[in-house]
Amino acid sequence: MATATIDSPDTHAADGHDEHHTSTGISNTKLAMWAFLGSECLLFGGLISTYLLYKTRRGPGPDNTTIPTDIFDIPFTSVSSFVLLMSSLTMVLALSALTRGDNQATRAWLLSTAMLGGVFIGGQVYEFTSFLREGVGFTHNPASSAFFTLTGFHGVHVSLGILMLMSLYVASKQGKLTPKHTETVEIVGLYWHFVDVVWIFIFTVIYLIPVE
Amino acid sequence: MSETLTEPHVDHDDAHEHPSDWAYIKIALILAVFTGIEVLTYFESALPIFENNAVTITTLMVLMVIKFWLVATWFMHLRFDNKIFSQLFVAGLILATGVYVIALAAFEFWG
Repeated sequence: MATATIDSPDTHAADGHDEHHTSTGISNTKLAMWAFLGSECLLFGGLISTYLLYKTRRGPGPDNTTIPTDIFDIPFTSVSSFVLLMSSLTMVLALSALTRGDNQATRAWLLSTAMLGGVFIGGQVYEFTSFLREGVGFTHNPASSAFFTLTGFHGVHVSLGILMLMSLYVASKQGKLTPKHTETVEIVGLYWHFVDVVWIFIFTVIYLIPVE
Repeated sequence: MSETLTEPHVDHDDAHEHPSDWAYIKIALILAVFTGIEVLTYFESALPIFENNAVTITTLMVLMVIKFWLVATWFMHLRFDNKIFSQLFVAGLILATGVYVIALAAFEFWG
């Protein structure tokens, strides 16, 4: 039988690590986020599988034979990928700053993360637009449908992440984000890093691995 | 104010120390270098060894796994957190791989 001492809610967890008085001793919110991310692996696993199976399927007619891999702009996508990767760094720095109680730095890093995410989304919009200019739309052929579905879903995830980051930024501006809320920022961070690791996979498997 | 309570089991395994900012920056630099190497594989003229597709694919897959592992363990704190979080995430990854293998097999044998 273990004995634990708890402080009143307003005094504990100044270092950002709430003691979780659950039957497991683990934060339920964090556990739920990890379960959600585990299920997201399945969603992206399905979408990536579909793309890999269809990536060389050109349309039947002479006008829809171009597939996304024919018109990838790798140098451009490399820069976008680098930007998203660095946004993971700014995200952990935001969490670290909040843990120290440095609200100004927290806001700066949260805003940087959201802006880097915005640059990534801007790049994706540019890429989609250039594909459309080449005549490769969503219904062009099976390969393009699978490509737009996969990268579009990822883009939606990044956009939702940006909304969450901006919500945290506004909360911080209003003084509602204190070291007691470290776990909230950590959970948004988990989501953000997840969209980053998914892109690490997409960038290698979809963009860089040569198509035979 | 503080009070004492008795509980059957309270295990605060997920309480952990975060690495320093400098540690995070070092990890980001490693990730940046690896991304640079990945992009180099696209420009075969930069390193003729990447004219060989087998070498290119192996290099890309190894770098991807290392980058994935670095972000998951350091930025997502899996190496410092309770093991159950890692187990949930790995379970999702294994199931996702299973989905791909089943879909690939279905297309190979019945497609």
